[in-house]
Amino acid sequence: MLRMSAGFKAVALCFCFLALAACSKKNTANLEDENGLGRAAMAGSEQQFKTEVGDTVFYLVDQSTLTPEGQETLRRQAAWLKQYSDVAIQVEGHADERGTREYNIALSARRATTTRQFLISQGIEASRISSIAYGKERPAALCDAEQCYSQNRRSVTVITSGAKTS
Amino acid sequence: MRMIDGRFFAGAVTLFMWFALAATARAQGLDVDINKGQIDPLPIAITAFVGTSPESAQSGADIAGVIANNLGRSGYFRPLPPESFIEQITNFDQEPRFGDWRQIQAKALVTGQTTMEGGRLKAQFILWDTGSQQKLAGFEFTTSPKNWRRLGHLISDKIYQAMTGVPGYFDTRVVFVAESGPKDKRVKKLSIMDQDGFNVRAISDGKQLVLTPRFSPNSLEITYMAFGSGSPRVYLYNIETGQREIVGEFPNMSFSPRFSPDGQRVIMSLQDGGAANLFVMDLRSRQMQQLTNTDAINTAPSYSPDGSQIAFEVGGDNSQQIFVMNADGSNPRRISSGGGRYATPVWSPDGRYIAFTKQGGGRFAIGVMNPDGSGERLLTEGFHNEGPTWAPNSRVIMFFRDEPGESGGPRLYSVDVSGYNEQLIKTPTFASDPAWSPLLN
Repeated sequence: MLRMSAGFKAVALCFCFLALAACSKKNTANLEDENGLGRAAMAGSEQQFKTEVGDTVFYLVDQSTLTPEGQETLRRQAAWLKQYSDVAIQVEGHADERGTREYNIALSARRATTTRQFLISQGIEASRISSIAYGKERPAALCDAEQCYSQNRRSVTVITSGAKTS
Repeated sequence: MRMIDGRFFAGAVTLFMWFALAATARAQGLDVDINKGQIDPLPIAITAFVGTSPESAQSGADIAGVIANNLGRSGYFRPLPPESFIEQITNFDQEPRFGDWRQIQAKALVTGQTTMEGGRLKAQFILWDTGSQQKLAGFEFTTSPKNWRRLGHLISDKIYQAMTGVPGYFDTRVVFVAESGPKDKRVKKLSIMDQDGFNVRAISDGKQLVLTPRFSPNSLEITYMAFGSGSPRVYLYNIETGQREIVGEFPNMSFSPRFSPDGQRVIMSLQDGGAANLFVMDLRSRQMQQLTNTDAINTAPSYSPDGSQIAFEVGGDNSQQIFVMNADGSNPRRISSGGGRYATPVWSPDGRYIAFTKQGGGRFAIGVMNPDGSGERLLTEGFHNEGPTWAPNSRVIMFFRDEPGESGGPRLYSVDVSGYNEQLIKTPTFASDPAWSPLLN
């Protein structure tokens, strides 16, 4: 009934995963509170990638060069991706809302390119990494203040296939 | 006039010149000078068109309402409230009692008649000078009854032109992006409406993210950017047939498209790694020509109306400026020179100005400058104004204004090129990325 393109299926799927991951995380936290026991995310899972490796790299205003923190995150991503070599990823580039539409599309493409090329430089095969530029169309934080804009200037590494689910 | 037919334009409109005596009006000093900037709007009485049947009487009243709304929103006319009318026009063929109209301060008077003829709706009107008691203009138009609003727009254009000496812009449409849903998961649909915000029609289903639609010079096609499978791409959409096609298969994203003034080519940005460069595709031969070749962001191209030059944005790493180059890509030179960032240049249809978005100090303005970069003037300024588009007579600019806050969103506004007369265009949902069509008739 819903005619979705492959790309949008992937995005929709990823939204579902994000929702699941958020729930799982909450449950884990509750278990910790109640039992005093930690429960790590499953090795090789999308949840582990998000919570233990970190899927997001932040950029400075109108910049597409990596900060030291960004490089650190991407080194962890590269190490994880080497360990789970079946995993394919898409790097999403994003810009904050304080720019014009076309420019932000291009700027977010620059950020996705920087992230992708850094992962390649760390030894991840280029064929495992696609990229897409969302401009200012998909903000992560909505408060219309710098504290939110800084969260929206980002690249997000999204697992498109190959993660462990059970 | 050119006949317009087809599914979307739904029926031809025919026009007969009744009498057009605009020259007389100007000679007598009743003309409206639209070059003065803020002016005293001309008091005008627009009477309900006399119907020769109950059905046409309703259309007659509705058409008068469309005309009053158009002329009032232009800023150059002040339609008088019908409650103030002393004379009630009941016979179109009888000369009005001009004293009654002068008494309520009406400088101009519009009378009209609507008739059903063989299933089609005919509207006739006369524009009167209440002082000289002379006819300034008169025309008749015929169309399908469901197109009655278009009759109002066509007549508005005739009145505007007769009184100002400048062609009108009311018989036009706007393509834009209708937005719904939360800010982080906006659903965006390509939509078309009349310039006054009526007759909104979605032409995409919202499943794909769509951005920056632009009309072709004959108003029958739209080029835009959409996120489908793979890289986001530039598409063409035929309004009459509903057919949609990708403009070229490229290894990476294509975006920011716009037609050339002759409609034969689409200019756009192609991404290559961190760079974006301008290319133009000939729509017949599908040949691509590369126009810029730098590591920067080259985007938002707009042709001069004669097709000889291109204004565009060059940016990257804390700079964003407007450049102009020859249509073959030669002689690029920066024209924006003030502080801040300059974006989205759009050449006016008469070639006199380039409209732009200016960003500085955390605020966004809409402005105009001369094509050589001189004479910069800001028309409106605030939290976020973006994406100007010109009315076909180069007198009015439409743009979108975004509001802060989680529940805020963009809406469409128009402003006179003088900077006066800002008007909200009411739309059913949030709306962005407007692009004005040429005159349809």
